[in-house]
Amino acid sequence: MQSKISISNLDFYYGKTQALFDISMEIPERQVVAFIGPSGCGKSTFLRTLNRMNDTIPIARAEGVVKIDGENIYAPGTDVVALRRKVGMVFQKSNPFPKSIFENVAYGIRINGLHKNKADLQERVEKALRDAALLNEVKDRLNSSAFGLSGGQQQRLCIARALAVQPEVILMDEPASALDPIATQKIEELVVELKKQYSIVIVTHNMQQASRVSDKTAFFMLGKLIEFNPTQKMFTNPDERLTEDYITGRFG
Amino acid sequence: MENRLLDQQLDLLRDKILLLGGTTEAALHRAMQSLTERDSELAKKVMDEDRIIDQMELEIDRLSVEILALQKPAAHDLRFVISVAKITPILERIADHAGSIAEAAIKINQEPQLKNYIDMPLMAEIAAEMLRTALDAFTSEDAAVSREVILRDQKIDECYHRVFDELIRIMINNPQAATCAAHLMFVAKHLERIGDYVKDICELNVYLREAAFIKHSPNQ
Ligand SMILES: Nc1ncnc2c1ncn2[C@@H]1O[C@H](COP(=O)(O)OP(=O)(O)OP(=O)(O)O)[C@@H](O)[C@H]1O
Ligand SMILES: [Mg+2]
Repeated sequence: MQSKISISNLDFYYGKTQALFDISMEIPERQVVAFIGPSGCGKSTFLRTLNRMNDTIPIARAEGVVKIDGENIYAPGTDVVALRRKVGMVFQKSNPFPKSIFENVAYGIRINGLHKNKADLQERVEKALRDAALLNEVKDRLNSSAFGLSGGQQQRLCIARALAVQPEVILMDEPASALDPIATQKIEELVVELKKQYSIVIVTHNMQQASRVSDKTAFFMLGKLIEFNPTQKMFTNPDERLTEDYITGRFG
Repeated sequence: MENRLLDQQLDLLRDKILLLGGTTEAALHRAMQSLTERDSELAKKVMDEDRIIDQMELEIDRLSVEILALQKPAAHDLRFVISVAKITPILERIADHAGSIAEAAIKINQEPQLKNYIDMPLMAEIAAEMLRTALDAFTSEDAAVSREVILRDQKIDECYHRVFDELIRIMINNPQAATCAAHLMFVAKHLERIGDYVKDICELNVYLREAAFIKHSPNQ
């Protein structure tokens, strides 16, 4: 399996406090990797190091190497805007802009100048909505406000927005934690569908969700990567005692 | 740390399968006793108690499904529930064989006694010992002992062939003993099958411990 992202000896600090310790892992291409671990163990921090989203935090500092397709994204001169286009992100709380459904998706296409003309823009927006399994539900009201959508629909809109700029990697931070079981199932089906084209990393507190959607699972504790294994192995016979305790709810 | 809800249910499941194991062991022991001591009353009891064992099997099935559905166990917990769910019908079948031995004993006890049952008691002893060791190894999750018990199944098979040959010889040399010998042939076959089932239990013990499926693999 080819690596899409290769992380070596990554340390991460918020000011003087170290949040990630010597993390090395290979994130495979066109698979789903789940990050699990107790609250505060550094899942979101680590996820944000993969598209340098932490750069927006003044006191944050990363040391180590993160290569995407062989290029170190922390090398001087890296085009961070291009990086974030290539590595899209979906957050726990859906965060649509106070605009129409159409404009929410069109925005990224516009600022990146991806479209040839108006018809092309329309087509790209619809394709992104279709790929996010939302088009059928919104095609008659593309021009109404995104805030009129349900929570699950808003989350899929955010996924459509991420897809519209043609990323290669999608990072998802607890994308279904605020959703009901049906909306959650839709997101999960979507994740499994999307891995045909994208490499996906998903942070989740839901063990079943991790075991349902992911090919590999990484377990973190106190900023350290404890175990990274195929999901099937992780949930039937983990190598580490700590992993076993965590996934079986025996964690103190 | 503990997971109180899940641990309580797993403990309950463990208690239930150990009770089923003990009851099955006792059924086998008493079935053989009814044969060697020509005690048809005891044989009838063994046959009657089969219902209790069926009931135990049902309860374990229900509890296993409930734990899987509601607690969604993982890792060792998952392997434990799966092992229990797979060992339970094996024990039930062993108990069925014990019942069949008891049934045969009633018929054999109506015939004049054969001088000696040749290797039969030895065979029964090996089977009972294998079963007990297999159940202990399940409790202690001892893969090494389980693998050793799997090898012992060969001894039962060897015994079975000796018993078979001897019973054929008896039938030929002493036609009056033919009925009795024929029933004994079935008893031997039941014991031989029990050996196979114990082997299956031991393979599940190894799964429980090592998450390895060794059934159908030549070098376990
Ligand atoms: N902006 C920040 N400034 C300072 N410290 C931070 C910041 N963000 C996170 N941290 C700290 O870094 C550590 C890791 O936090 P992070 O949010 O990555 O954990 P997490 O695994 O995503 O937790 P959760 O499951 O609760 O979302 C925590 O101790 C947290 O307090
Ligand atoms: Mg987080």
